[in-house]
Amino acid sequence: MYTQALDSQGREPVAAPAAEAAASAAFQARIDAEEKVEPKDWMPQAYRQTLIRQISQHAHSEIVGMLPEGNWITRAPTLRRKAVLIAKVQDEGGHGMYLYSAAETLGISRAQMVEQLLSGAAKYSSIFNYPTLTWADVGAIGWLVDGAAIMNQIPICRCSYGPYARAMVRICKEESFHQRQGFEIMLTLAQGSEAQRVMAQDALNRWWWPSIMMFGPPDADSKHTTQSMRWKIKRFSNDELRQKFIDITVPQAQFLELTIPDPQLRWDEAAQHFRIGPIDWSEFQAVLQGNGPCNRERLEARRAAHRAGEWVREAAAAHAAKQPRREGNQT
Amino acid sequence: MSAAAEVPAGGDAALEAARLRYVLRLADTSLVLGQRLGEWVGHAPALEEDLGLANLALDLIGQARLLLGYAAELEGRGRDEDALAFLRDAPQFLNLTLAEQPNGDFADTIVRQWLIDAWQLEIYTGLSGSADGRLAAIAAKSLKETRYHYRFSGGWLTRLGDGTDESHARTQRALESLWRFTEELFAPDEVDERMSAAGIAPPLAEAGARWRERIAADLRRATLPCPARQPHPWHGKRGVHTEYLGHLLAEMQHLQRTYPGARW
Amino acid sequence: MSDAGAARPATDWPLFEVFIRSRSGLEHKHVGSLHAADARMAIEHARDVYTRRQEGVSIWVMRSADIIASDPAEADSLFEPARDKVYRHPTFYAIPDEVKNL
Repeated sequence: MYTQALDSQGREPVAAPAAEAAASAAFQARIDAEEKVEPKDWMPQAYRQTLIRQISQHAHSEIVGMLPEGNWITRAPTLRRKAVLIAKVQDEGGHGMYLYSAAETLGISRAQMVEQLLSGAAKYSSIFNYPTLTWADVGAIGWLVDGAAIMNQIPICRCSYGPYARAMVRICKEESFHQRQGFEIMLTLAQGSEAQRVMAQDALNRWWWPSIMMFGPPDADSKHTTQSMRWKIKRFSNDELRQKFIDITVPQAQFLELTIPDPQLRWDEAAQHFRIGPIDWSEFQAVLQGNGPCNRERLEARRAAHRAGEWVREAAAAHAAKQPRREGNQT
Repeated sequence: MSAAAEVPAGGDAALEAARLRYVLRLADTSLVLGQRLGEWVGHAPALEEDLGLANLALDLIGQARLLLGYAAELEGRGRDEDALAFLRDAPQFLNLTLAEQPNGDFADTIVRQWLIDAWQLEIYTGLSGSADGRLAAIAAKSLKETRYHYRFSGGWLTRLGDGTDESHARTQRALESLWRFTEELFAPDEVDERMSAAGIAPPLAEAGARWRERIAADLRRATLPCPARQPHPWHGKRGVHTEYLGHLLAEMQHLQRTYPGARW
Repeated sequence: MSDAGAARPATDWPLFEVFIRSRSGLEHKHVGSLHAADARMAIEHARDVYTRRQEGVSIWVMRSADIIASDPAEADSLFEPARDKVYRHPTFYAIPDEVKNL
């Protein structure tokens, strides 16, 4: 999902000595044969670096993603909704963990990745820099943001790197409840009182375009897609996935009797696709550069949690160090 | 599902009034504590702890739902779990005062959690044999959750108490600050007395003695001193709360209050 | 209590690998890794992260540093020789269909 970095990658090796070139060729042959690459296998540096950046960005996105939705846990309007929302946010934390775990197999530590996020060096999906202003936003996020995520994530279940692919399989199994939860909220609101219908429409108005932008820049502007596709890290282009999402989601909005905030939205009968109006990429760039509505707050929240938790983590480590090392048994 | 109580409901008005209040005390304690834990999500000391605390919150909200559902039936006014959770005001909430205390830092949260987990352990164990079949079933299910909660909070109490100087100091401060709310846990009033006389609830005095022994053992392991018992001017069980509950409810109930009658 | 003069304790929690047996009768399967300060915490974290959907009856955790793995560079010598010993597989043997129970 939160894989906008698929288009960025490590530097290509400048000049590969003959042995390296042979190894790279053998590696590419394995990829072409749909073999999986596992942690201790030889891999080109650029493949490793691309994956580290890709997977860690994905993990960071899940963690930061806990914040906009976590914002509504204490105010969920029924106990059932509260429980479901806690479970969803908990899942997101869990997904972050699966992904950090996968990234660590490539030689980077959790501590390093956390440091990269908190220092602002690492990116996370732009979508989480938007605020959740009403309960309907929780529905919109589940329906649109998780919907877009699923679209992005399913192909990655077949990516060439074993641990990442396996983490994605686990994540995808869990993700479908997230989208259904969100859509159910939107449906309840759309069929509710006038105030609730207005709330739902307002949320759709604010979350539609950011969700469309989640798929990353248009293919024409994505310089590194080719290498990522060749290495089977990325399996479909941004535009392909974006179009698929639009075609699936527009009818859902029609079912809700809500209006997609795009006066140029139309059905292209010849191509059998929905066509959208122009995307405002300047907004996307601004958010990526740290000037979205909540970038500062999101990072600050994570920094504060990390800082406040320092003495706790220290205490746990100190306590563990005091214990005699037990021979394996039950605990 | 109607109450499969072996003590027949509806017979004795005073007993029924007490039963309702008793169930609400359990329900509201789980609800308020679950609500407090929900505030931590996304802000815990480590990602793993975010999941752990969320897990506790989920279990507690689940308990609250079962207990509130039962309370609504006992009440017989056509209300449901949400009406009770979102439309009662603070004086009608009967949670332990301890449950509504703010999260503070991780030590405050762990100490609060551990004290209540040990309380729930006694209460749910006793209730598993309740003459009220519905309560017995809810308690049996909740007991499994509570055993894990207690393991989690007790484990952290030890790590924090016997960790670093700083963690020890913070935990001691938390303990001193929250200890004054513990007398209420096992101080029986007329509701508790009616419930134990009817075989519905475990006798509080004995449960209290066991709780104190367990707490003392846990504190020793955590290298923390056991505070002296203190009198308790707080009566959350009777609807007399600290100022914190009002704010907690204002946040929790906001949507239902702002859009009366709406379906969510 | 820690010594006042000791160096600041490391706050990094070691990495543990997690294995879950999802049902009686199955083996423990590797599901991923997590960080914990000690083994007891590792079990709890594993339970919270990997068994939310009733996927477990038993959890094993071990420190990642304790895992001993075969070297992929030696995969050829470790695994290749077994490839041509097809007589280890039942399908290698042609048994007439009329013979039962073989």
